[in-house]
Amino acid sequence: MTVGLIHFLVVAAILFALGFYTVVTRKNAVGILMGVELILNAANLNFVAFSRYGAVANVTAGQVFPVFGIMVAAAEAAVGLAIVLAIFQNWGSIDTEKTTALRQ
Amino acid sequence: MFLELTENILTTVPLSFHIFMALASFTVLGACGVAFSQNIVYSAFSLLATFAGMVGLFGFLSNDFLAIVQLMVYVGGILVVILFAVMLTNKISEVQSSNPSNNIIAGLCLMGLLLTVLVTSVFSYDWQTREPGPYEPTAAKIGDAFLGPYLINFEIAGLMLLVALLAAVVVARKEVKFIEDNEAQDKG
Repeated sequence: MTVGLIHFLVVAAILFALGFYTVVTRKNAVGILMGVELILNAANLNFVAFSRYGAVANVTAGQVFPVFGIMVAAAEAAVGLAIVLAIFQNWGSIDTEKTTALRQ
Repeated sequence: MFLELTENILTTVPLSFHIFMALASFTVLGACGVAFSQNIVYSAFSLLATFAGMVGLFGFLSNDFLAIVQLMVYVGGILVVILFAVMLTNKISEVQSSNPSNNIIAGLCLMGLLLTVLVTSVFSYDWQTREPGPYEPTAAKIGDAFLGPYLINFEIAGLMLLVALLAAVVVARKEVKFIEDNEAQDKG
């Protein structure tokens, strides 16, 4: 029972599925952003797992790319939460079912 | 009896497997809290558990630099910003049911379908693997890669962070005061 690539892939798949469920079902915009963070974490875990256990020629690539992933996640969180705050200032709520001004 | 059983498990299964299972269950339980909790403050703190578990998993995968980056950026940065947003957008009285879900049944069905597809594809594909080497520091290699083959990506990522910073400030500020200042100037 040694730990291998498949264990990490399964953990990442569970994280991705839970993040997907969060994004699909949440009404609160901050909750949806939390789901996106889970999905990005799952992707980073896959990169690192392949760089350690996969038969790849360039090991460093799998260690460098998650840093870019974390950068994108940081930018996404900053801009996304700024948008959430702007929506809260204009509507008084961040419920995604109430912010439907474009539909009317 | 119990001691023998424990000893048996500890000798037949290597310690690294137990460490991995502890870290993975910590991570997945935190993610479950994010997905299923009805209180958004509990969701945010479950996200803390997920990020802490991810730090451990990165360390387990012999990537010390990324573990520290994850700790600093996610736990020290993103989680604090998320908690600020939670505190600024919810009234204390509503916090008990502040994170409602809709279409729970459809969401669970979709999640089960997605998980089945992903896990069956993971198990059915014949992954080309290798024996992992010994644990060694990675920061120097990553630094060389950033200033070597990935230099353009590195510069563009820095530019993107600057743009995101400016965009966050521009989107989140209140413009009311600025307009009043302009009107005051026009009258004066």
